[in-house]
Amino acid sequence: MMMHIDVSSVLRQTVSCELYSNLVTRPTGAAVRTQIEALLADSRERSLTVIDFSHVGMIDFSCADEVIAKLLLRYANAERTDREAYFLFRGVTDDHWDAIETVLERHRLALVLETDDGARVVGIVDDGERVVWEKVYELGRTAPADLASALGAGESECEAALDALHRRRLVMRTDDGYIAVGGIGRPAA
Amino acid sequence: MTSVITVPPSLDDYTFEQVVDQLAAVPRDAKVIIDARHTRWASPFGLTALLTLGQTREERASFTAPDNEDTSSYWARTGFFRHAEELFDLHGSVPKARGGESSVLLEITPVTKSEDVHEVVGRIQQKAQQILAKELNIDAKATVGFAMTLSEVCQNIVEHAGRGGWVAVQTYTWRKRLGRRVVVIAVCDAGCGFRESLESAPGRIRGDRWDDAEALEEAVVRGVSRFRDPGRGQGLAGVRRYVGRWDGKVSVRSGTARIAIVPSWDDDVPLQEKLAPFPGSQVQVTIPERVSGGPR
Repeated sequence: MMMHIDVSSVLRQTVSCELYSNLVTRPTGAAVRTQIEALLADSRERSLTVIDFSHVGMIDFSCADEVIAKLLLRYANAERTDREAYFLFRGVTDDHWDAIETVLERHRLALVLETDDGARVVGIVDDGERVVWEKVYELGRTAPADLASALGAGESECEAALDALHRRRLVMRTDDGYIAVGGIGRPAA
Repeated sequence: MTSVITVPPSLDDYTFEQVVDQLAAVPRDAKVIIDARHTRWASPFGLTALLTLGQTREERASFTAPDNEDTSSYWARTGFFRHAEELFDLHGSVPKARGGESSVLLEITPVTKSEDVHEVVGRIQQKAQQILAKELNIDAKATVGFAMTLSEVCQNIVEHAGRGGWVAVQTYTWRKRLGRRVVVIAVCDAGCGFRESLESAPGRIRGDRWDDAEALEEAVVRGVSRFRDPGRGQGLAGVRRYVGRWDGKVSVRSGTARIAIVPSWDDDVPLQEKLAPFPGSQVQVTIPERVSGGPR
């Protein structure tokens, strides 16, 4: 199940003013996140949600911490067994990036950004994680053996890397392999 | 007995100390007259700090406006008298505000709640882009960081001060110290200040040296917040980064101390202690005009 959340619409509902298009202040961020969480409450055990910033003017550090970091910490978290939530961030521009990058670094988080050129993983990921994620994104649905073959690495090593990315909710685990968040519906290489 | 507090001819974050020094000997419930008759110029910090001074008085203070017509007319255009009349008994010639002032990016605006920060950020964005790019030779992309900086310093009032304050943003040529145009954000409140805010953190243990200066170092330099939440404290850190990127300066006065992140073009003291006490927090952010070859 894929859900689309337009953050600017949520913002306007939250601050009850049509004119505000900026995600600023911590109370606003907390209110926006609460609204997003209410929408997520209706989703299934496993869900992919597009968080769309296309119509958001700017976001400050406090709001980024409330909306993005706390959302990821709460949902994109392997410790949470009742729900597997994945997020794909869309419409993030340079105007948003400074605040988002700061909170990702602060909490050592990573997320998947959808851009005109496809999807990419950003935030705190090491080189190994990035290589594996990009290869899974390129290959489409990937079993550990496929990845091992593509990277010339050991299968158990690849399985561990895929599991680590899954725990960070950067790849989705299916019955027959893994798919990169942002890679659903994309033709396999 | 009524005490007369003389406002210096040029009022900025440095000379405001002269005002605070005079106030130090006067009990809060004593009647004071703030005499600005001979003042010719005031920075946004000076004007917003004067308003917070009005907030601190238990006995409503009197305020005598500048004699100089240009000065008082300019103060009127910044919105100073509109707010001052709620805090002081005004005397002297107080002109009505007429028309906009091109160097006033944001007239003096009260900040008490989260919605005020939305309002301030919304109002600043378009004008800031024009001023930063055309007058200060700063990349238009810096506008977003400028608005973020403004948002974070205003939020300090909402989140920590415990009472409302004011913000003002203005551009001017800083001849004395820099010889270049600058854009200045001033955010002043008379709330609880950094030390009291940090002291309210649950389970906080005070070290041997715990005073306003230490509190400012913790909050401004080390990003410590009264909240346990690890995401806290990023606002001022972000302000510091932005200011560093554009060779700017940030200074924060709280209680009896003042801390400054000092760029190479300035000779300010990084940390001043044992100043005369003044309630709340007073923040100033200065971004200078970029000269060719300067930082990007």
